[in-house]
Parts: sequence; structure tokens; C-alpha cells
Amino acid sequence: MALRPYAAAKRTLSFADKLLEVNWGLVLLICMIGLAGIAMLYSVANAHFQPWALRQIGHFTLGLIVMLAASVIDIRVWMSLAYPAYGFALLLLVAVDVVGHVGLGAQRWISLGPLDLQPSELMKIGLVLALSRFLHGKSIEEVSKPVPLAIGLAMIGIPAIFVVLQPNLGTTLIILADGCSLLFLAGLSWWWIAPTLGAVAAAVPLAWRFVLHDYQKARVETFIHPEADALGKGWNITQAKIAIGSGGVAGKGFTQGTQSRLNFLPEKQTDFIWTSFCEEFGFVGALALLVLFAVVIFYGVQTAMSARSQFGRLLAMGIILNFFFYIMINGLMVMGLIPVVGIPMPLLSYGGSAMLTVMFGFGLLMSVHIHRQVEIPRHSGGII
Amino acid sequence: MPLFDKKDKSRYATFTRRSVGMGAGMTAVFAVLAGRLYQLQIRDGDQYMVEAEDNRVSERLIAPPRGRVMDRFGVELANSRRNYRVLLVSEQATEGVAQALDTIGKVIVLSDQQKKKVQHDIAMNKKFVPVPVAENLTWEEFSRVNLHLPYLPGVQCDVGETRDYPFGKELVHILGYVASVSPQEIDKDADPLMSLPGMRIGKRGIEKQFDKQIRGSAGASRVEVNAYGRIIRELGKDPGEPGEDIYLTIDREVQALADQRLGDESAAMVVMDVNNGDVIALSSTPGFDPNWFNVGLTNNQWHDLTTSDHKPLLNKVTSGIYPPGSTFKPAVALAAIEAGIATPDYRVTCNGRITVGNHTFNCWAWTTYHHGHGSLDVEGAIKNSCDVFFYETARRVGIDRIHDAARKLGMGAPTGIELPGEHSGLMPSSAWKQKTYKQAWQQGDTLSVAIGQGYVTATPLQLVQQTARLASGKAVSPRIVHSVGGKLMPRPDAPKLDISDEALARVRSGMNRVMNEGGGTAFNWRITEPGFEMAGKTGTAQVRAYSQEEHARGITKNSALDWKLRDHALFVGYAPVNDPKYAVVSIIEHGAVQAHPHVAFARDVMLLCQQRDPSRMPAAWPVTNSASAAPPRVQGAVQPLPPQPVKAGG
Repeated sequence: MALRPYAAAKRTLSFADKLLEVNWGLVLLICMIGLAGIAMLYSVANAHFQPWALRQIGHFTLGLIVMLAASVIDIRVWMSLAYPAYGFALLLLVAVDVVGHVGLGAQRWISLGPLDLQPSELMKIGLVLALSRFLHGKSIEEVSKPVPLAIGLAMIGIPAIFVVLQPNLGTTLIILADGCSLLFLAGLSWWWIAPTLGAVAAAVPLAWRFVLHDYQKARVETFIHPEADALGKGWNITQAKIAIGSGGVAGKGFTQGTQSRLNFLPEKQTDFIWTSFCEEFGFVGALALLVLFAVVIFYGVQTAMSARSQFGRLLAMGIILNFFFYIMINGLMVMGLIPVVGIPMPLLSYGGSAMLTVMFGFGLLMSVHIHRQVEIPRHSGGII
Repeated sequence: MPLFDKKDKSRYATFTRRSVGMGAGMTAVFAVLAGRLYQLQIRDGDQYMVEAEDNRVSERLIAPPRGRVMDRFGVELANSRRNYRVLLVSEQATEGVAQALDTIGKVIVLSDQQKKKVQHDIAMNKKFVPVPVAENLTWEEFSRVNLHLPYLPGVQCDVGETRDYPFGKELVHILGYVASVSPQEIDKDADPLMSLPGMRIGKRGIEKQFDKQIRGSAGASRVEVNAYGRIIRELGKDPGEPGEDIYLTIDREVQALADQRLGDESAAMVVMDVNNGDVIALSSTPGFDPNWFNVGLTNNQWHDLTTSDHKPLLNKVTSGIYPPGSTFKPAVALAAIEAGIATPDYRVTCNGRITVGNHTFNCWAWTTYHHGHGSLDVEGAIKNSCDVFFYETARRVGIDRIHDAARKLGMGAPTGIELPGEHSGLMPSSAWKQKTYKQAWQQGDTLSVAIGQGYVTATPLQLVQQTARLASGKAVSPRIVHSVGGKLMPRPDAPKLDISDEALARVRSGMNRVMNEGGGTAFNWRITEPGFEMAGKTGTAQVRAYSQEEHARGITKNSALDWKLRDHALFVGYAPVNDPKYAVVSIIEHGAVQAHPHVAFARDVMLLCQQRDPSRMPAAWPVTNSASAAPPRVQGAVQPLPPQPVKAGG
């Protein structure tokens, strides 16, 4: 260790340089999607800013500030904070069992003044940060060795267990998907991947039998036979499909969505907000929104590939995959392609902690973009 | 140790390769999302649009106003009255339903039973559905609730409609009543109105017979509802077709008098126009108040109605079956004249009794006075109601010729009046007995029929029809509905009876002498006003068999018997004598006493009926079947009958 570890990689950027480097096109895209969400919250409240739209404006504004602040902080600082962030999120996740209060049959929140904090949301970012840092320090051979792999899997598995105990199946799935994707991207050998996939396939019937809660099983059964109980458990899926389908090509018009206005849609402000959007803006509007999402993801993947540090690459890709998994699960769910799992649509659904974590994630993504030229040695632990 | 080694570069290549692969995967997922959008919104969009409309729009039935029923002068006999109601919306009752009911109970009287029913109804309905707390309130009670409304959260005042019969029990056997729909009735009738909560349908009388027309057809209100069924707004309204108004041929004033005269007797009276069959009055007593059924009958009321031996639920005019007694004698006389037996010279001597085979039959004069009527012709026999004359004459004529003549007068067949549940009575013949009892007709059977006993039975309506046919010489039948919804009921001209004018004239002469010649059985109760004189025939119908032993010691007087065993008192008549216009029948069950004082009931009614005849008071009353009638100029809410089509060649 004769040389200072980062000297060769260091390119000093001034604050002004960083502001110029911010991907303003991406900021604009995010603002467009966020505004669409706020407009929909106004609409589903029968054209009222209360109770959701006004507060969501606050969430979004706060999110923008958090995002921009995160983006200008040096990526090596984030690297140093990766493990503490993970530890903090894990601590909160444990705490939720102690002080969390019961909502919708699942303990998920910690009340922090006006904001209901969901530690499981924080955990996704914490996991992506910590796993990226951990994998940054492992060569491609080391990733597939038993001990590092076991550590990586433990980092994924421990929070997953706490989240599934809440119980929150949707978020657990996303945490597992995020973590496994990062292991895969870090170069995990196919010799590990292929047998694991086989084992998972075999485990599904066992999980059905012993792990899933009754309400989760009911959702799956309802999904398979929605017409069997159209007024009971199949109600959500049936009404969501009617809402989307009845939008037709051009939609019913802003604030004219009868399915959401007349409360046929359940949880129209959160999980089913995109359904209302499809109802009011039709195929044209829904497709346009999908394109916006796709462009954001494209930017994210591009950022990941252009970063010169493995940490930056994994972080950017992890964050954009997390964003993608939200869209995929929510989109497939409300259109009746997978069972109902409680996952909101990012940037659209009402909710403070979801909004803040998504925006914070975009802040980290932009930080990777701004600091894409920064090279970080494999054995470096960050800047602090 | 170098800062960056080859291994770092090699893992970058892996990362890029795998990232591109995941990008491809993400693109595929987006393609699936877009494809699903296309499937739902474009391919199946129309179908989902229909489903969303079905969700959003709900049709609420609206009960059309029920048609009114009027008498011939437009007096409303059945109409709708305002129903002042108090309703409670449980979700707005901030202090709880029980507390709200207690508070209402301080303003109007609420029984525990009512409170229990409200609690039950609230439990059965969604919390925003108004549930009736009290109905049919008086204006004063209703005002009191309105006054206290600011202190009664969740309470609503509402003015609905309910069926009303202003004359109560007076017309109940004509109008019938309305009551809630039974499950069986819902099954039988596909009209969506039948399942409407609070719907009432006709259960008897005109209300039942013309229910479809009076009911009208359902309207609908298209409303937007939310997922919980709460109405957000009304999108459109179809008021439906209101029920049609019905005009009856009844004259309410005459009806009222008939009803009042019969009083509490178990009795029936009908007045009909002998020329066109219009029923002017149709009274069956005792009656009951049809309004009870609309509001809901108490168990005690129902028990009284069903167990009374005066049978208040039975329309005795159409469904009561009686032996006609001596009121049948004119029919026998007609048969005898038509058969060529009772020629003008034909006489029978009454010694008080007659022996046929080994049976001795008594004349009523023998039972009462122990002497006979002496020598009588047909007219004298009718005047005196001589049993022996008719025994002897009927024996010669034979049952089948009596049967044929009686059938021409309408006996033994329903009259076809527009009321439900009419009975046909029985007019026996030898063939009928052979067929029914597999026995030959006996001469004794004929003798019983000769005086309106034995197998022959009739409804009061058939007897008035028989009398009307005798009086007019036309085959008229009673009808009670003048028009429905402004359309005149079909009214074919009655054909002339297949009976000679001479026969009719001689029987009418006999009936004239019954009332208007000293010694006639009804002379004391004749109409003395000139021009209004009535002809008629009294009758007493035995309801028990007299034993041989009772004959020997003398027939027990009716007044000494239990009410149930006394004879029925009957009377048929028509007036005026010279140009008959109206026929009447009255039957007082178990009302026979010495002589025939009950004839006074029919006399009073017939007098009023004639006084109110449009031809006698042309300036006052419109004529039912004459287009030139002057408009009415009488007190009260009198309206002319609806416009009538002019008959071609009439």
C-alpha cells in the first residue's frame, strides 16, 4: 500500500461541472411521469387535490431535492456509506416488528411524524449499495467461490426473511430479484445458476404448501379462476381489467374514468393508479407512458455500461432493475397476467416512502453518471 | 500489487454482455405489457366498455300511478292519496338508530313492534338506504315531525302515494282491494313491477279483474351508481305509463242507499238497467274496509273477517248461491204459457194441498192460514204466489220445458259480469240428473223446482238478470264497467228473447198485481209515487228440510228458530211498471219473517234509482249511452263520463 489508492483514478469535478453533468433529460422524463401520477391522484379523488394529489406534490418535490443532492455526491462517498446504509435499513426492518403498526394486515410502517416510513423500501436501496460494494471487491473467479457467494446470498437473504415475515411478498420478491440480478451481473458462474433455477422450480409446490399465507394463496387461486368469484376475491382483477379495457383507444378523458371515480377500482390511488391512467387516457396514453418508462430504463442501462467502476456499474444496473421490477410486477398484475401482489407503480402511485426511495435511487443513478469516469480499484472501500 | 489488473477488465466484458441480455429481457417484458394493453383496450375494448357501463348505470323501477275508479258521474271510488311517511337513514343517524327511534317516538307514537321492524329493515339494507319508520301519518303528525326535523339527524320526511277508498266498505265487493304481492304471484306475472318493494296489486273485484290496466307499466330511472350501490346522479328518466282510469256503471248515491238499507244483515242487493245491463248498484253486506288491506291487516281483523257467519269476505251477489224460492215462479209461468198449457182460460183450484204419488205437498197459504187460494189463473197465481198452482202446472209442463225457459232467462249460466269469482248456480234438467246422479228425474223433483227449491239454485245476479230479461224482453246481461282508459267496453245490443210477447205480458201483469193490487204479497211495500210504480215477486227460500212430524204439528215460526236455520227472504222487481227501466233483486239471508217487510229495502232503492234516472231528470244527469246528454249540474265533484263514440246507425 505504498501508493494512495485513488490517486490514479481521481479526476476532480467542481460543483458547477457536476451540475452540467447532471442528465437533465432524465430529470425531465422523471418529472413528466411524476406529474402524470399527480394528475391521476387528482382525478381519482373526483377532481380534488385532497386527499392525495397535494401531498404527492410535496413527496415529489422532496424527492427531486433528494435526487439532485444525491447525484452530486461523489460515488466513492456512496461506496463508503454502502455498508452503514445497509445496516441502518436492516435495523429499521427489525424495528418495524417492534414499533411498526398494523396496516392492511401487514406490519410495514414506522411512523416518523408526517411520513410513514417503510423500511423495506429503504432496504432495496441499501441492498443494492451494499451488494454492489461487496461484489466490486470480488474478481470474477471469487464471485463463484463458495465463501463470497455465501456472504452475498446472506446479504440478500437476511432482509428478505424479515420482509417476508412482515409479511410482504411483493417486496420480498423484488429484493430477491434485485440481489440475484446483481450476482448474475457480477459474473456468477452458470454452474451455480442453472442448478439453482432447477431447485426453485422444484420448491414452488413446497412453498405453496408450507410458506404462503392464506390470503396470498387466495390471490393466486383468484388469479387462476377470476370468474369463479367475480364479486368476491376476483373483484380486483375483474374490475381492473374492465377499467383498462373500457379505456379503448383514446380513453374516457381526464377525470372521466367511471371505474375509479365510482370506486369500482380497489386501492385506486396506490397499486391500481396505472389502471385509472389506462382508463382515462386509453391505449395511446398508456403506450406513451410505457415508452417514457422504457426510455428511463434505457438511460439507466446506458449509464451502467458507461461507468468505469464495477461499483458504479452494479449500482446503476441494480437501481434501474429495481425500478423495472416495480413496473413489471405492477403492470402484469393490474392487467391480470400475474396474481395480485401489493406492489405500487413507481413515480405514479401515492406514497411518500416509495416516492423518496425511487427518487433517491435515481439520485444514485445520476451520481454514477456524473462520476462515470472515476475509476475505483478493486480493493478500495470508498472515500471516507 | 497493481491498482487495476486484467481480471477487472475481464469482468467488465461479462457485465456488459449480461446487461445487454437483461436489457433484451426487459424489452420483452415491455412488449408483453404493450401487447396486453392492445388486447384489453383495442381487441376487447368494446366488450369492456359495455361492462363498465353495466357497472356504472343501474335501472331503478318507478311505480306508475295506479288508475282511478269512478262511478257513472265521475265520483272517485278508488284513487291515490298522499301517504305522509317518515324515513330513517341509518348512516346519518349520528346518535345511533335506537336513540333516533326514541327521539321520533317523542314526536309521534311508535309502538315497540314498529321499532323492531325498523331495526330489522335497517339490518337488511345498506346503511344509506332510507327505511320507513312510520307511514300514513296524519297531516298534524307529519307537520310535527317536520317541525322537529333539525333535531332529528338521519330522519327524512317524504310524501308517497297509497291506494285510498274514500267510501270504505260501501263498495268493497265491487272494487276489491289492493295488497302486497305474494311470492306465487311474482312467479306467475313477469311484470318487473311485481318485485318492486312496497308494490300493491288488486286482490279482488275490479282491482283484480282490471289489475293490468289499472297498474300501468313500469317507468325506469337510469341512475349512476358507485361500487356500493349508492346513487350518484340520475342520468335519465322514463315515467312509464300511468294506470288507466275505469268508469263504472255504478251510481254511488244508489249504491250508498242500498248499502245503508241492508245494514248489518247478511244480505245482497243488485239494481240493473233492464235495457243495456248497466249495474247501478251492487251491494253485499256486511263488507269490510278495503283500506285495511293496503295498510296491513291485523291478526284480529283477519280472524274476524274469516270466522264471521255473515261472511263479509264473500261477494254474495256474484258468488252466493241460493235457492230462488218463489222468485222462480215467473220463469215457471213463462214455461207453462209457452208450452200452451197455461192458456188465458187455464185455471187451477188451490185447496191448500196437493197429492202427487204418495206425497202430499202444502201450499204456503195452508201452512200459514189453513186454507187454499181457490181457483187461480197464471196472473192470480203469481200475485198470490200460490204453490199448489205451480205444483200442478209444473207437473204438466215437465222439468225440461221449465229448464229451457229458465235458460233463456239466463239461469244456470254465469252472467259474464266483469268481476272475478262469479258462480253459475244450477238449472237442473232430466238429462242433467241422469248424467250427474245416474238416476231418473222424479216428479217430486219437478215440484220442488216449481217453487224454486230442490236442485235449482241461482246467484242474486242471475235473479236480477232473469227479472231484467222478463221486463225488457231482451237477453240483457249485467255489466259493471263502462269504460277503461277512455275506451268504451264492448256493448253488443241485446237480442230479443225467444219468448212470445204474450207470455211476457201475462207474467208481467202477474208481477204487477203482486205489488199494485190489494192482496198481492208485496202490496204493502209498493211504490206509490205516480210514474215510479214497481212490479215484483216475493220469495222465501227454505234452508232446512221440514220433517213430516213438523208438518203435522205446524211449521215452526222463523222467529223461534236459530238465525242459521231461518229462511232466506228474497225479492225481485222492476220499475216502472209500464216502461221498465230498472230491475232489482234483494236477498236477506235468514231474514224471512211473517209477510215481506224487507221489500221496503228494494222499494227505497228503486225509487231513488228512478228519480236519478237521466230521462226523468234530463237537466241534472248525463245519460250513459246517449251522446246528447246535458252536462251535470249537481253538487260535489261530478264529472261527465269520458267521450263516447257515436254508434253508426244508432
